[in-house]
Amino acid sequence: MQFKEKVQIMDAEKIRRTLTRVSHEIIEKNKGTENLALVGIRRRGVPLAQRLADNIKVIEGKAVDLGILDITLYRDDLSTLAQQPVVHKTEIPFSVEGKKLVLVDDVLFTGRTVRAALDAIIDLGRPASIQLAVLVDRGHRELPIRADYVGKNVPTSSKEVVSVRLQEIDKDEQVIIEEFIE
Amino acid sequence: MNLKRKDLLGIEELTVEEINLILDTALPMKDIVQRDIKKVPTLRGRSVVNLFYEPSTRTRTSFELAGKFMSADTVNIATSSSSVAKGETLKDTAKTIEVMGADVVVLRHGMPGAARILAETISSHIINAGDGAHEHPTQALLDLFTIREEKGRIAGLTVTLVGDIVHSRVVRSNILALTKLGASVRLVGPPTLMPYGIEDMGVEVYYSLEEALKDSDVVMALRIQKERQQRGLFPSLREYSRLYGLTEEKLSWAKEDCLLMHPGPINRGVELSSPLADGISSLINRQVTNGVAVRMAILFLLIGGGKSDITA
Repeated sequence: MQFKEKVQIMDAEKIRRTLTRVSHEIIEKNKGTENLALVGIRRRGVPLAQRLADNIKVIEGKAVDLGILDITLYRDDLSTLAQQPVVHKTEIPFSVEGKKLVLVDDVLFTGRTVRAALDAIIDLGRPASIQLAVLVDRGHRELPIRADYVGKNVPTSSKEVVSVRLQEIDKDEQVIIEEFIE
Repeated sequence: MNLKRKDLLGIEELTVEEINLILDTALPMKDIVQRDIKKVPTLRGRSVVNLFYEPSTRTRTSFELAGKFMSADTVNIATSSSSVAKGETLKDTAKTIEVMGADVVVLRHGMPGAARILAETISSHIINAGDGAHEHPTQALLDLFTIREEKGRIAGLTVTLVGDIVHSRVVRSNILALTKLGASVRLVGPPTLMPYGIEDMGVEVYYSLEEALKDSDVVMALRIQKERQQRGLFPSLREYSRLYGLTEEKLSWAKEDCLLMHPGPINRGVELSSPLADGISSLINRQVTNGVAVRMAILFLLIGGGKSDITA
């Protein structure tokens, strides 16, 4: 299966400004940073959560707890995938009990990743609340899940793929829409 | 990534990549074993049958918990209280378990090659939990995991195995695993407990403990099975202990930061002095935790999905 690049929907500047806005929204909604913790979903949610945490530190002058969630063992599609995914560590170095958690991911699509993330988090303890922040919401939900913070809403067709590329992982910084070619 | 195989029969057939994949996957599994809610839903609806023809508490319990922590249903069959006692053959018993819907059969059997025969007979995935004096791959993998955890690497280490080499299937699997990952392996013990031709496995054989321990990074003391003493393989436990039993003083022949390991249970005053036994008890307990994590990783890699799953 091959992909063809179709159109760029965010460049580096746009990503930066969007994350700045989302950082402010997170602080506003939670009335500060008390009990606030960010959890990035592997892989591209991890650098995004880090950047949001950095922004919040600059804005509020306080560091928030930061964690990494690997949802592989909670996926509902393991038996249908062509290739078994590699399991990585979940690294949440704080107790989630009573925390206001913000899950961070790059793209919100079917909602199944978020469903898995919710189950994975709840197995670690009982947070006060769980919110969701995504860089791109591309629609096509298969579960009753919505994001609390959306960087950009992008209507897509189901043949398209939204590809988020970040410096930390891809040595590139943009969001593009790609399309399958048969 | 999957293991590119249906069964886990021995270290011999595993590639270095596969061994590393198992060890890497065991890391996140260990976190699950150590948290409050020790359960992930990954293997829901899968079943694991422990078929043990030889007594075992540690390995069997370890597999049972590994399966349960991954949400698989696990069943134990102790052959003394099953139809095996009525004379049913291994193949017939296995066929029955297969048609009941076992996804994985974990087999411990006294006959070398029993796991392979089973793997060729039934379509369930087979994990060898010890077949005679042949292999015990999951034990070797958990030893590797522990060494890597303590030392940060395997390649380039000098690992010395002390004691009863000939009766141990763990030694065979350990030699294969350690040499594959680039460690140099030394064996030391009385000549009567050293198998003929073992040098062909790429190990160095010593009869002097002092020479063998020199520059060792890891020392694995093997359990002396007291029941073997009746067969006259060494004159007395006391003499064995004097020549090959480890004490703090003798261990100082090895590297200063040398890691001492023992598969447990320890014969105090035979292969290890009492102070040494006290000193490594926490490591032995950690080994048990690591054993569950490694077995969770193996179960996940064999039946955790991915269409490249090979089925017979």
